Amino acid sequence: MLWGSNARETHPIFFHHLLKGVRNGARLYAVDPRRTSSAEWADVWLGLDVGSDIALANALGREIIHAGLANTEFIDRATSDFEAYRAKVETYTLEYAERETGVPAAAIQELAHAFATADKAMICWTLGITEHHNAVDNVLALINLSLLTGHVGKYGSGINPLRGQNNVQGGGDMGALPDRLPGFQYVENDSLRERCESIWGCEIPARRGWHLSGMFEAMDRGELHALYVIGENPMQSEADRHLTEQRLRGLDFMVVQDIFLTATAEIADVVLPATASWAESEGTVTNSERRVQRVRKAMDPPHDARDDLWIIFEVARRLGTNWGEASAEQVWNEVREVSPAHRGMSYERLEALGGIQWPCWDDQHPGELFLHSRLWEDPVPGLRAPFSAVDHDPPVDRLTEDFPIRLTTGRRLDSYNTGVQSGGFTSPLRRGESLDISPEDAAAYGLADGDRVRVTSRRGSIETPVRIDPSLRPGLTFMTLHFQDDVATNILTIDATDPKSGTAEFKATAIRIEKLPPPTPRAGEPHRAPASV
Amino acid sequence: MSDERRPSTNPSAASRPGPHAGPPNGSPAATLDPPAPGIVYTTPPARASRIPEAPPAPMPARVSLQIDGNTVSVPAGSTILDACRAEGLDIPTLCYLENLTPVNVCRVCVVEVKGARVLAPACSRKVEEGMEVLTESERVQLSRKVVLELLGSSVDTSMAGPREPNGDAARYRQRYGADPSRFGAPAAGAAAHERDDRDPGHHHSPRGPEAALASTVQQPVKVDNNLYVRDYSKCILCYKCVEACGEDAQNTFAIAVAGRGFDARISTEWDAPLPDSACVYCGNCIGVCPTGALMFKSEFDMREAGTWDESAQTTTSTICPYCGVGCAVDLHVQDNQIVKVTSPMDSSVTEGHLCIKGRFGFEFTNTRRD
Repeated sequence: MLWGSNARETHPIFFHHLLKGVRNGARLYAVDPRRTSSAEWADVWLGLDVGSDIALANALGREIIHAGLANTEFIDRATSDFEAYRAKVETYTLEYAERETGVPAAAIQELAHAFATADKAMICWTLGITEHHNAVDNVLALINLSLLTGHVGKYGSGINPLRGQNNVQGGGDMGALPDRLPGFQYVENDSLRERCESIWGCEIPARRGWHLSGMFEAMDRGELHALYVIGENPMQSEADRHLTEQRLRGLDFMVVQDIFLTATAEIADVVLPATASWAESEGTVTNSERRVQRVRKAMDPPHDARDDLWIIFEVARRLGTNWGEASAEQVWNEVREVSPAHRGMSYERLEALGGIQWPCWDDQHPGELFLHSRLWEDPVPGLRAPFSAVDHDPPVDRLTEDFPIRLTTGRRLDSYNTGVQSGGFTSPLRRGESLDISPEDAAAYGLADGDRVRVTSRRGSIETPVRIDPSLRPGLTFMTLHFQDDVATNILTIDATDPKSGTAEFKATAIRIEKLPPPTPRAGEPHRAPASV
Repeated sequence: MSDERRPSTNPSAASRPGPHAGPPNGSPAATLDPPAPGIVYTTPPARASRIPEAPPAPMPARVSLQIDGNTVSVPAGSTILDACRAEGLDIPTLCYLENLTPVNVCRVCVVEVKGARVLAPACSRKVEEGMEVLTESERVQLSRKVVLELLGSSVDTSMAGPREPNGDAARYRQRYGADPSRFGAPAAGAAAHERDDRDPGHHHSPRGPEAALASTVQQPVKVDNNLYVRDYSKCILCYKCVEACGEDAQNTFAIAVAGRGFDARISTEWDAPLPDSACVYCGNCIGVCPTGALMFKSEFDMREAGTWDESAQTTTSTICPYCGVGCAVDLHVQDNQIVKVTSPMDSSVTEGHLCIKGRFGFEFTNTRRD
């Protein structure tokens, strides 16, 4: 089950592996508002309306329960809170789900039965699940399906978020999360925190900090005055660009450490030129399958740029702490001391084994191919896996007569995020930004390929050419975030963030479209929305 | 038909917590993140008592056969090539690659199987109990010699190898005493697209003085995009690019073999330029090409300018800087610039294959203002 993921374009080499499975007879169900190039490979495409994922997932759960296909042995032994879940999904009938998601009831029923009766089954998702105001609930709804069927903790089964950046997993693993220390250790667990304090010889705040969106909200309240940004371009990557810019400009001090002079760096007080971590310095990154792999220095950086580690060591030294000479391996060995899950991963073993999947508890441990196998032990060691009763909650940016069209955002194959990296090479596939629109809507608005339109949301307005895309259904449009210097898509998007993950609802913006007469003024000139909006 | 404009309702709206009932930007202030609703875990989950593993692979039966008179035992399902390589025998190959399905078209790996009428391609023929294989019999050597001569007389194999163990045409020619020049001096090459325009079945052998010359696939290099070039004068029709573009990796099917006989050639649909074809520029065709027919534009330009110098290049293994798949990439660096990116075939993540970003998206580290 590929849910809210266009892996064919966003994780192409993962999709090679997936296609091997398809060629070996695996069935593929794609759940996505768009009939993407990934969905084209699916046995069944379930084209749901943006933000109706929980309605669909709960209906799948209800159908599995009513058809007697739930794995009761597994539920009884390894899970908790099933009764609350059963009661919650009871109202999510196939008829309700068809009405709410736009997916035919028969397709929902087929998927429910196929998933529940499969020998092995997997759910993979990407930002179609997590870039919503109820992102965590969306994930919980999928976890429920795995627990209901026992498709978890077994070889060839499970739930798998396909991570979007080459080290986003590693960043979290290293403790770049508000509530965790390296190795996912909870900062609010006194004994775990005290152990780190004794290794580091310093005091660690006993309560969790803010996640990214929490920091931005704290700026509004005047509680956050200074920001140190490393390898991030929030000016262009955050939802609601006008609001983001106002917040960043309101800071007393901002330092940006990056390999590019990004739009964020341009408004910083201090810019620290860094090196490209994958080609100009040593270290490790952790991929989507939890595999820690070595990155190595292949070339010298530009002469004024400095390794990230060197910069951080130097900042520490100027603050009065001498950590000595910066060495990636020495820092890694400290990670191994602090994080039990990384303990067995010496550089030597990482080299010899071509990377190791955490957890790797000691020098003999081979790393683990999949997680949660403890759920198949009897009795289950530790806590049982809880069901979470969650409800459908449609996107915050409601469709109305003034804003009747749904805009969703994503990536294209040859480009990446705000385009600062991928903009460096000329791709024959690249056509620049466009508002992709269904043939039906194009006809309704009298639009042809290349016509320019003004796109307006409740937060702002931009101009862009249109491109007719038959993978879109009526009422659904698509843009990327790749060409923000030309078309600032995030002027439109809403910063309705999930209270648990802090992720904004990039996937669901309500817009209206107005055709512009040719010829047009300068491309992508941002316009504020009229005050009345 | 689905309709995005339909107003949404919730079946149990009354019980719904409403963190977003108000305007989206006016969410209530909090000093710190409120703990996630429900249970807040601060204790790590228990560890499994056993290390999770893949189910054991079935142990295939062993098959015994004779190779050059020596009895060897290999797992059932092995090819003759697998068995020979396990014995340390150097069987020449051009169209074979470990991560592609054998198509047995080049015929340089042929071996003699006792009792068989024709020579068998070692790369695809499976071993059988009691099989008797001769890898360097006179018949085998003659066949390889003629294959190498025919290829050498019609195709520019100057860049075929050395890529141990696959594809070192010059070394193979030496080993088998192959002399491509015995077919005559090379005939004049074709004009751009002339070979692509030929109709199947309309090929005529040259007559008159032309008949004394060796026909070739010589033609101008196809340069129609900034990422890679196609020099089909160097193409031995090994099908590797077609396989990598197709079912063995990318599943894009932008290229196939068009034409028949000596006019057969690798082509996009209707010989369309790559930017008008289905190509997605993963470059996996370049990665598997054994003869240099497919080449990074950066390498091609440097070779044209005379600046390509492999002795001055370093190769460093690292990880692609884009998505979370974590593809292993080998960076080929000359004069502190990345000039080419490849991926090792033994990487469990990539199996040697990359996408457009991993293969070509390195320019951002090359752009220098200093």
